[in-house]
Amino acid sequence: MKDYFALIFSGGKSLIVGMMITLREAFRPVVTVQYPREKLPISPNFRGHTILIRDNEKPEKHRCISCKMCERECPSNCIELAGEKREGVKGMVLITYRLDFTKCSLCGTCVEVCPTAALDFSKVYQHVGFAREDFHYDLLAMVEEEEK
Amino acid sequence: MSPEMPTGFFPPELLRILFTVICAIVIVFGNAVVMGYLERKLAGRFQRRPGPMEVGWHGILQLAVDGVKLVGKQLMVPKQTDKVLYRLAPIISFAPAIMPMVVIPFAPNLQGRDFDIGLIFILAVVAINVLAILIAGWSSNNKYSLLGAMRSVAQNVAYEIPMLLTLLSVILVTNTFSLRGIVEAQSGGAWFIFFMPVAFLIFFAATLAETNRAPFDLPEAESELTAGFMTEFSGMGFSLFFMAEYTYMFIACSLTTILFLGGWSGPPLPYGEYTSALWFFAKVYSLLLVMIWIRWTFPRVRFDQLLNFCWKYLVPFSLVHLLVTAVVVKL
Amino acid sequence: MTTIAEQGEHRYVLNMGPQHPSTHGVLRVILEMEGEYVMDPQPVLGYGHRMHEKMAESRPWPNFLPNAARMDYLSALIYNHGYVGVVERLAGIEATPRAEYIRVITSELNRLQSHLLWLGVLVLDLGAFTPIMYTFEDREKILDILEDVTGSRLTYCYMRVGGVVRDIDDKFVEGTREFIKWQRSRMPMYDKLVTGNIIFRKRIEQIGEFSPDLARRYGLTGPVLRGTGIPYDIRRAEPYSVYPEFDFEIPTETTGDCMAAYLVRVREIEQSLRILEQALDKLPDGPAMAKVPKKLKLPAGDACYAVESPRGELVYHLTGDGSDTPYRMKIRVPSFSNLSLLPELCRGMLLSDLCACMGSLDLVIPEIDR
Repeated sequence: MKDYFALIFSGGKSLIVGMMITLREAFRPVVTVQYPREKLPISPNFRGHTILIRDNEKPEKHRCISCKMCERECPSNCIELAGEKREGVKGMVLITYRLDFTKCSLCGTCVEVCPTAALDFSKVYQHVGFAREDFHYDLLAMVEEEEK
Repeated sequence: MSPEMPTGFFPPELLRILFTVICAIVIVFGNAVVMGYLERKLAGRFQRRPGPMEVGWHGILQLAVDGVKLVGKQLMVPKQTDKVLYRLAPIISFAPAIMPMVVIPFAPNLQGRDFDIGLIFILAVVAINVLAILIAGWSSNNKYSLLGAMRSVAQNVAYEIPMLLTLLSVILVTNTFSLRGIVEAQSGGAWFIFFMPVAFLIFFAATLAETNRAPFDLPEAESELTAGFMTEFSGMGFSLFFMAEYTYMFIACSLTTILFLGGWSGPPLPYGEYTSALWFFAKVYSLLLVMIWIRWTFPRVRFDQLLNFCWKYLVPFSLVHLLVTAVVVKL
Repeated sequence: MTTIAEQGEHRYVLNMGPQHPSTHGVLRVILEMEGEYVMDPQPVLGYGHRMHEKMAESRPWPNFLPNAARMDYLSALIYNHGYVGVVERLAGIEATPRAEYIRVITSELNRLQSHLLWLGVLVLDLGAFTPIMYTFEDREKILDILEDVTGSRLTYCYMRVGGVVRDIDDKFVEGTREFIKWQRSRMPMYDKLVTGNIIFRKRIEQIGEFSPDLARRYGLTGPVLRGTGIPYDIRRAEPYSVYPEFDFEIPTETTGDCMAAYLVRVREIEQSLRILEQALDKLPDGPAMAKVPKKLKLPAGDACYAVESPRGELVYHLTGDGSDTPYRMKIRVPSFSNLSLLPELCRGMLLSDLCACMGSLDLVIPEIDR
């Protein structure tokens, strides 16, 4: 009988304590962010899809030498690149660099293996598209676009 | 009724009925909108987020948009349901929700009809909801729905007992089932909550269970039964259940207000015959806020615990309370 | 086992999942029910099967690095840790001391965020919506700290053989110290809001009790096992990395019910905070990456590496054959064994208790299916 009333008392008290906590939290400021209207700063180390670093000192404006290390090392086989020999230019010249972002797992292996440190992560985190092909990024075109 | 009743095209009695019906419907829909908004907004506040913010100022039109969406939805009737009962269930749930509005005294002069048995009328009409839930669960032909419906029936039947027992304590004091009579018995600040707080707590807990609100929301229990008896309902079927639920909450809180919080009584207002409805609504909505607050704080009880709580705690307490009240009244 | 036909018509089958709010993913449990009582729960696995083991065996070993995080998305760094650990052990490479400390720090942060998520989700399974938002507030702080150093928020690919990708900086250290203080200040709130709540206690106390003997037979590990009183934690039983250098307790309970597992996990949060504090104090200087041959071949032989994931014992078993592709890789995941207890544990239980039980086992379905 004593336990019966003790349980009512302790139980009721715990319920009131719980309600007081939620009440207190209700008057504290909101912690969420109204996403499309407000945006949080992105960490400088954020890893978005890879990009070719723009280097104005190079004639092609990037440092890629088409060695295909990244293509070989990529765990997801999402990189496809080709280079060609051109007259009067030493080494290979990059003609396409395609990244299939639908398959990329952002592991960063390509950035690590690159002998000329030509790759970096972008800060893009909003990817929207209507078709799978919208996420096949042409990194070479991106570098050239930056010029404009 | 006076013998010389006017016999014009619109006799005042007919006008009065029309007015009552319109008011009842407005209150039902208005309450659903206000409660829907309040619940979502407060849930947000309790969880440290702003709640609906996009439609209108601070999301104030969110419910209107949701309503349009629900009305515009295709009426889905899944295969292998009992077609007639499936369509009927939301209506059976919603229709009785409007009826009690007729007898609820919002203010001294704002009451559709004052029955001598107003209290019993409300309880009788509200009890039809259980049937609607059972029909919904059965006709959906879904095991989750059926489980939810069975839970609901057991829960509602069990919790009516402590609810009625505590009502009897009040009736013993007021000597009337008329809601107006009960309110007038508490005039001058002599609210029953001060004389019988235990009865108030028991009644409030029982109404939580009767209206299927957390922590007694077992018929819905989304983490166990996905959505309980509402699993197969969408569009207007769902929104009728949704509105009915909020209306039953309103009725339950109105009853609590009338029985324990003195109904419309409060500091006098100009044109108090009508405007003291403000006090009534203020009390009802503060009770509803507590209901929301409770929902967003506590976990759900288990089914056997729910019944244990009723039979082991609420019923004995309300019985003892009834006995004590009877003795005190006799003295 | 008697079939439904033999039992008569009062039994029915309820299909819980693959889409159900409290199975946390694509787990399907076929429940043979009698009224509200679960008479025979049978988990059905494989909806999220992605052949991780086979993938490891068909490609060079570095290509498995991002896969490790995809098995248990809640403790990706600990899975990272296990994989680089097993490769290092097989190839005989030592990570730098600083790298080992960074691994421990990030692993413990990862464990904390997994426990915080579990805490919220368990209470959510029991019907309370609010605590999960509070735990997510804390969890968000961890994710921000980890994002700053690893670059991602959930599926980290941070550890490499010989060290870690990026060295931590002062900002990370300060942020972690601040977080430790913050988390300590939050725990009393959870104690009052969740642990003390009478409804919560009544829901999980004496639910799903099992004996240490049964736990041993089913190979249970992690907090569920420690809830029965067996202080088995890989960080102590088979120390790896720099865990022997830290002073921490292995919390145990004796009752073996859902409440025990709950209490063990809540107390583990405090222990993880202690490890973090000590690791930050002792953090040595030096490089975060050891010298590793560029083309590392896996020598012929076997290696086994066990780590303590938030859910229990995680073992990588790697067999090399002299090439750079593993010959065989076996991953022993804790959730799989923990789930296998379910039919035994939940027989004759109410449906609501089954949800509580699954919540306290803290299942991560992609990890079970792999």
